[in-house]
Amino acid sequence: MTAATITARQSFTVPIALTYTSRPKGELAFSFRNVAKQFGGKAVLQGINLDVHEGQFVAVIGKSGCGKSTLLRLLAGLDKPTSGELVHGSGTHDHKRTRIMFQEPRLLPWARVARNVEVGLTGIEKGDVARKKGLEILAEVGLDDRGGEWPSVLSGGQRQRVALARALVGHPSILALDEPLGALDALTRIEMQQLLERIWLAKKFTAVLVTHDVTEAVALADRVVVIDSGRIALDLDIPVERPRRHASPELAFFERQILDRLYNR
Amino acid sequence: MSRALHQFGRSALGWLLPAVLLAGWEGASRAGLIPANVLPAPSAVGEAFWKLLWSGELIENIRISTLRALSGFVIGGAIGFSLGLANGLSALSRELTDTTLQMIRNIPHLALIPLVILWFGIDEQAKLFLVALGVFFPIYVNTLLGIQGVDPQLVEMGRIYGMSRTELFLRVILPGALPSIFVGLRYALGIMWLTLIVAETISASSGLGYMAMQAREFLLIDVVVLSILIYALLGKLADSLARFLERISLQWHPAFQTV
Ligand SMILES: Nc1ncnc2c1ncn2[C@@H]1O[C@H](COP(=O)(O)OP(=O)(O)OP(=O)(O)O)[C@@H](O)[C@H]1O
Ligand SMILES: [Mg+2]
Repeated sequence: MTAATITARQSFTVPIALTYTSRPKGELAFSFRNVAKQFGGKAVLQGINLDVHEGQFVAVIGKSGCGKSTLLRLLAGLDKPTSGELVHGSGTHDHKRTRIMFQEPRLLPWARVARNVEVGLTGIEKGDVARKKGLEILAEVGLDDRGGEWPSVLSGGQRQRVALARALVGHPSILALDEPLGALDALTRIEMQQLLERIWLAKKFTAVLVTHDVTEAVALADRVVVIDSGRIALDLDIPVERPRRHASPELAFFERQILDRLYNR
Repeated sequence: MSRALHQFGRSALGWLLPAVLLAGWEGASRAGLIPANVLPAPSAVGEAFWKLLWSGELIENIRISTLRALSGFVIGGAIGFSLGLANGLSALSRELTDTTLQMIRNIPHLALIPLVILWFGIDEQAKLFLVALGVFFPIYVNTLLGIQGVDPQLVEMGRIYGMSRTELFLRVILPGALPSIFVGLRYALGIMWLTLIVAETISASSGLGYMAMQAREFLLIDVVVLSILIYALLGKLADSLARFLERISLQWHPAFQTV
């Protein structure tokens, strides 16, 4: 590392530490305790210890195949850990309050947009109430006039917004996002990131975002977790005030730290 | 208005060629180019139509044939659909029955006619059995394929959102399998008429096929041609009905969106 980068670091760390007011940590949302997961004898995750507090926005980063989706599937209760345990906080007794959003929108092609959103209220609300809530949340993601359309006529970003509305309509306490913006173009991505942040700030759920995009991670998250060979290799707070500016020097500083860890530099 | 007219013009265009052919046929018959004992003129067929219509014979035969076709279809279709569902949803049921069914499928059902006549004589059961057997396989195979082809990611999504088994079936699996089920339905309708024609021609004492065979014995070639045309028309009618249902229930499918 050259002297220049060292001084650059110092000049950034100081102002950040001064201006950032760390939010009070709430109750525990969930906690992975020494969790391991194997598939047919092959260890995918091992020794995962991760406490996440209510309302925190955590980004999970790692190379392809390192076990990020597996981690989310454990969190959402879609798979069971091979060993160790996953404890949910008092506010999140059951998996019903955990929603997961995938890279693909997974909308029902045979249901209109509004009906697709109402899927998110299965077992929670029915009939007119469900309809009303569905339309409200559609408005929040900016699709108030598209409720009557078939998903096939929407653009990729719009479909992902419908999927987001569906995930949010049941007021989850934890929202797990598995590269939901991965398939979108760069401009739509940024728009969706802002939408996601705005909604997260408004609804105060715990967000766990898996992403390949380090810039996205530092732009959105309070905390970035890097997974490498099935273990947590880095657990980094991003103490930068919101609203954050894309590609600002502070964010670039954290981005560099994460990239260094990812490529062992 | 002009758009409707335009559409009408489009569909009228499709009828142009048959009309020309028909006129040519009539002309050739009148000019003596086609002997009446080979192929009667369209006008002769039309006359036979009126005569049989007035005597009530035609309606009665169409009624009997349609009834046979539909009963066979309902029986075979219901069994095929239920087995397709069962085998699509339960691995146990599939392992138990699918191999056997696929083996039986390789026997052309019309090859069973001699056996069926031995079993049932030329009774109604014989025709019902053949039609039901013919209809069974396309419905079974396509229902099974449709269910197996449902996107597993959508099924997982349904589970995550807490759908019960019934909800999952009604909201995800069945709609997902529907396009394939319709393919089976239309194919089965074709087989239904084909089987019935063969069965009625070989052994029957009523129905359209019987009418054609009687006419052949008395050398009433216009009635023979008429029966063939009516078979074609009924087949077309069934197919149009299926297409109509398909269009209504698959509105979401990009292939059926005409906006
Ligand atoms: N159901 C399964 N059965 C067997 N192996 C699995 C299963 N699910 C995941 N794996 C394996 O576990 C490893 C991690 O998979 P996972 O999907 O969690 O990776 P990922 O970090 O999400 O990768 P990507 O970034 O490409 O999505 C991979 O090697 C994968 O082959
Ligand atoms: Mg993944």
